[in-house]
Amino acid sequence: MNTKLTIAMPKGRIFEEALELLLKAGYNLPPEFDDSRKLILDVEAEDMRFILAKPMDVATYVEHGVADVGIAGKDVLLEEERDVYELLDLRISACYLAVAGLPGTAMNDVAPKVATKYPNVAAAYFREQGEQVEIIKLNGSIELAPLIGLADRIVDIVSTGRTLVENGLVEYERIKDVTSRLIVNPVSYRIKDERINELVTRLSTVVSLEVK
Amino acid sequence: MSRLFMFEKPLGMRDTLPELYEKKHRVRTLMEDAIKQWGYQFIDTPTLEYYETVGTASAILDSELFKLLDKDGHTLVLRPDMTSPIARVAASRLLENDLPLRLAYAGNVYRAQQREGGRPAEFEQIGVEYINDDTVSSDGEVIALLVSSLKKAGLSQFQVSVGHIGFAQELFKQILGTNGRANALRRFLYEKNFVGYREQVNSYSLSSIDKKRLLQLLELRGGEEVIGKALDIVEDGYGKESLIQLKELWDVISDYGLKDYVKFDFTIVSHMSYYSGILFEAYAGNVGFPIGNGGRYGLIEKFGKKASATGFAVRLDKLLEAMGSLEVTNTVECIFFSQERRKEAFQLAETMKGEGKQTVLQDINGVKNLDAFTKKFANTTFLIGGA
Repeated sequence: MNTKLTIAMPKGRIFEEALELLLKAGYNLPPEFDDSRKLILDVEAEDMRFILAKPMDVATYVEHGVADVGIAGKDVLLEEERDVYELLDLRISACYLAVAGLPGTAMNDVAPKVATKYPNVAAAYFREQGEQVEIIKLNGSIELAPLIGLADRIVDIVSTGRTLVENGLVEYERIKDVTSRLIVNPVSYRIKDERINELVTRLSTVVSLEVK
Repeated sequence: MSRLFMFEKPLGMRDTLPELYEKKHRVRTLMEDAIKQWGYQFIDTPTLEYYETVGTASAILDSELFKLLDKDGHTLVLRPDMTSPIARVAASRLLENDLPLRLAYAGNVYRAQQREGGRPAEFEQIGVEYINDDTVSSDGEVIALLVSSLKKAGLSQFQVSVGHIGFAQELFKQILGTNGRANALRRFLYEKNFVGYREQVNSYSLSSIDKKRLLQLLELRGGEEVIGKALDIVEDGYGKESLIQLKELWDVISDYGLKDYVKFDFTIVSHMSYYSGILFEAYAGNVGFPIGNGGRYGLIEKFGKKASATGFAVRLDKLLEAMGSLEVTNTVECIFFSQERRKEAFQLAETMKGEGKQTVLQDINGVKNLDAFTKKFANTTFLIGGA
């Protein structure tokens, strides 16, 4: 039976930290790993294959089973609601989802508008608050929306808060803390259980050492 | 709405072209034959059912139902599974004299498309329902039949993971006391969110032993030895009873000689409220979604008869995916004829069909590109011109 483990890694910010975690867990990964432009990297020594995906897409690859495991932000898991196991909090790339807007402003009474990259998270949050809002989906530079009058509020990821400050925005509410998670396809979780258990054990050892 | 192109189909609907049709037919026949060998009787039920009866009784989420109205204003659903229609038929027509009943089906079910492609909204399920027998033998029979029918269909590498809804439920109740807190934890299992489960457990003010017991649940996966580990963390009562059932199930499966295909997994919660006992899922390594699932349920009672049942359903599309490229050899032969030798051609065709060969009769004048057309057949015979 095919035992190769396919891991979906998020490109960009989380990648470095995730890679560091895997190295600390004792996985023998080649040094040129991070500056390659390749989207698929086979590491024969570990019988692993890495695929590099957009962070927002990692859970999709894992749900469809083309990747056995993946590393994805909790923000992505909340937004996408994919049918995958969330096995381990890797405690990397910490940030949080928040509601922000121009200082001292109230929401429009008639049709309050919220711009976000996370329409599902935003809709669920405001519904729980008992507020009826209209969601506008944007793909990036969310901070623009309140500045030029597209929306009263934004829902976005905040890590240091600098982007908000630089654009003259303030945080109104904190929705949820976000860290990266180890996610696993439900079938792989059962069929490749030995390899996945080993990965989880090694990673969780590293994670608990880091925290202390 | 933009104008539809003529080739478009509703989201999630698929065509079955000849080659796939052949494969489907072959695998379905193998599965059906295996199921019939165990004495199960096949039945058909309507595609449309009432929303209020079958629709609400089904395990499928309301948002996944295709709904429409009949002329009296009743809401109808396209059947989202086969289990609830069969429960309806069994309760109203077949369950006489309180006897065990073994039924089987092969039919299309419908689930409204939620997301992008890769998930058909209409697909075929093959399965069985074993009604009105509470013994662990009947749970074992259904799992054994699932394994042996998948083997008969030609699938070699697969695994069935078996759990029990009562174990986690009882463990939660023993430790947490209230149903509300137990359900909160169960939801995390159902959502496959182990990170959230651990956070929730740690947020409760419990003794460290109780916390450890709750966290150990996540590790209860594997062979027979898992039952021993599970016994260590649960107290007497229904939780222990569920373990006794699973132990017996293991013995039943062993007696069938099929234990290599079965593993235990106490974290399986396929549905928040549907299953009532032993439940299971079947996986093949190369397909990202389960190829089948099943378990014990109390659905029949909703239709007014007191009986529990167990059964399984296999998704034919996922099964075909798991089997990879099936070689379907083309055995169709072609006889080309012209008017002069038409009768001779027809007689030859009759003889060939009598021998069990698939035979096409083609008027040679009807074919524009003879080379391309001939390639479609395993063999060709030309009966043209004056004899």
